[in-house]
Amino acid sequence: MAVTRNLRDGAWRVVELITTPVVPADYLDVIAPLRNPTVLRARIDAVRPETGKAVTLELRPGRGWQPHQPGQYVRLGVDVDGVRLWRAYSVSSAAGRSDGKFTVTVNAVENGTVSSYLLKNARKGMLVHLDLPAGDFLLPEQRPAKSLFLTAGSGITPVMGMLRSALHELDDVVVLHSARTAEDVVFGAELRDLAAKGRIRLIERHTRADGRLKPADVADLVPDLFERETWACGPGELLDGLQEHWADAGAADRLHIERFRPTVLIAGDGGTVTFEKSGQVVEAPGATSILEAGEAAGQLMPSGCRMGICYKCVLPMREGIVRDMRDGTITTASEVDGDKILIQTCISAAAGPCRLDA
Amino acid sequence: MTTLQRKEVNPIAHLTPEDIEQIGRELDAIRDEVLAVRGEKDAKYIRRMIKIQRRLEIGSRAVLLFSVLPPAWILGTLGLSIAKILENMEIGHNVLHGQYDFMRDPKIHSTTWEWDFAAPAEQWKHSHNELHHKYTNVIGRDNDLGYGIMRVDEQQKWAPAHLGQPLYNFINACLFEYGIAAYDLELGRNLASKRRRNNPDFRARLRQVGRKIRNQMLKDYVAHPALSVPVGLAFGNPFGAFFGTMAANVVANVVRNIWSHSVIMCGHFPKGVETFERTSITGETRGEWYLRQMLGSANISGSKLMHIMTGNLSHQIEHHCFPDLPASRYAEIAPKVRALFEKYELKYVTGPMVVQVASAWAKVFRLAFPNRKPARPIDHSVPPRVPAEAAA
Repeated sequence: MAVTRNLRDGAWRVVELITTPVVPADYLDVIAPLRNPTVLRARIDAVRPETGKAVTLELRPGRGWQPHQPGQYVRLGVDVDGVRLWRAYSVSSAAGRSDGKFTVTVNAVENGTVSSYLLKNARKGMLVHLDLPAGDFLLPEQRPAKSLFLTAGSGITPVMGMLRSALHELDDVVVLHSARTAEDVVFGAELRDLAAKGRIRLIERHTRADGRLKPADVADLVPDLFERETWACGPGELLDGLQEHWADAGAADRLHIERFRPTVLIAGDGGTVTFEKSGQVVEAPGATSILEAGEAAGQLMPSGCRMGICYKCVLPMREGIVRDMRDGTITTASEVDGDKILIQTCISAAAGPCRLDA
Repeated sequence: MTTLQRKEVNPIAHLTPEDIEQIGRELDAIRDEVLAVRGEKDAKYIRRMIKIQRRLEIGSRAVLLFSVLPPAWILGTLGLSIAKILENMEIGHNVLHGQYDFMRDPKIHSTTWEWDFAAPAEQWKHSHNELHHKYTNVIGRDNDLGYGIMRVDEQQKWAPAHLGQPLYNFINACLFEYGIAAYDLELGRNLASKRRRNNPDFRARLRQVGRKIRNQMLKDYVAHPALSVPVGLAFGNPFGAFFGTMAANVVANVVRNIWSHSVIMCGHFPKGVETFERTSITGETRGEWYLRQMLGSANISGSKLMHIMTGNLSHQIEHHCFPDLPASRYAEIAPKVRALFEKYELKYVTGPMVVQVASAWAKVFRLAFPNRKPARPIDHSVPPRVPAEAAA
């Protein structure tokens, strides 16, 4: 109905005029933060400890949410000491819940700002920011006859989401999970229960007693390894080893992997700055601002006061680490978390490799 | 090198270049102390302030639906005036300075914020953050010194047109938001020649301002007045309701304009504030830049409420030293900054609002006339400066 649409659009324009220069949703935020159609948020409805180092958050997403597919992750934006930090967490609940809620399971990461904050401070009623589910760590429409889920540590979370959603459609399932001890197995009770009922074959590997899992060990534990469609998630080292092992066996296409944090950023002195849009690559010394290094290399850079007060030179950093040349403050961005951290290029020096969206 | 305009007494003659760098280091240390604690408290503060402001604005506008009733008109106008002042001063100005960019909240960020003011945020950020805060009180570089229409320093050349400046200043106070929009556009300079008038960049900025003003006016003078018409009909006075609400918006905008104009006049025009010559800032060190901010700004003393209503620009000195620190921290660091002034025997210009406004206005009147004695030629040898590396 063109007429009603025109009327509705017209009415909306009047509402927008009433609230200009901000948008109507900004006023709505004051009373109903989950109703905002442009900013996706979720309310924590329940907090359930899993192990001493993992906690499951049940989230009620606001308007604009789209349901996830098993195996996907969501990015949560959490305000830690006033600063919004984004981290990717796999959805651990079954897809298609009738109440529209979903869960993520947060595992403590060593020196992890967000995970330790959530473990300590997550409470019912808290608001977090949210991004739509993403990720291609998925089960195919045509479910495989034989499958293997190979996980270590917190790598079990996306797999748990898959099992909870689709186990009834999978016949022959092996779960090989590696954790420090039996108590450290996240979802341990549920997995063991599934194994007891004969729904899955569960192989637990406890690294404190048995040592770290190596790709070569897998063949001993799961003899029909390469007949199985395999989903693996865990530390980068393990995944690298598995990829190589599967490639050597000519079965690379049967291995699906999901990587969490791939790199640990350590502040150094200077680094390679990549301007992704222009393709410009610049070696920036630790004592030169990214603005000057970029300009010297011919990159077109926005700039203003050139002394850190006007914020005109800010550019989004997708991945990398920079140091504030005035006070030494370190700022990092991680592609895995979907970061686009705005940095002041006129007073920031590279403290490692950086990739800027410019 | 910081060289002051020649005054009767040179306030920094007693400082060595090493002293000046030491002042810079001490101010950096104060900045670091704030950075170390900046966090959740500041985030909560600005979110709470935004919430209060939005509720006050919605509430006042709701009351103004009944603008046909005089008590509702008075209450609504008062509330709306306060809401507009908070929106511009404690929220808009400070957010646009990037004071809350550290929160990484795209809704409260200098790159996305737009304010309830005729001047578009983007253009204001350029003329204010980039020019005024960098070239503070440098004659010929900082257009905030008199906004290009007034003479506010003895060193600025007198012309007969300055005789009218008390009147211009009063008009500018009432229409401050449009004055600032014109100022950001550098209207005087850009309209002067055909080439500048036709510059596509200028025309684009002109259109941007036009759109902003149109929306602002439609909101305040058409949309909200129209909303009060139904209530007016119920009282048998729809025209009274429409024009009553429109008048309320006019009053609120003018109150906000005069208030912010007064606060800003207090920042750099009162007696005791120093100005600097154009050549003095080449090769300026961080210490010298800090010193210029310290001597080129003036505070307003008063209650906590007064500080909030001025957007903490009552701490103009602290603001100019640390324009990107959350403004609510200025009161906290003011005693330390003041102690630094005392330590180095510098004049911390401050006073109650009434006194400072009067002092600034007195200057506007005094400088409407030519200097009683001719301005002395600028003496480059005062104060004696030796660059640190040359002295070593």
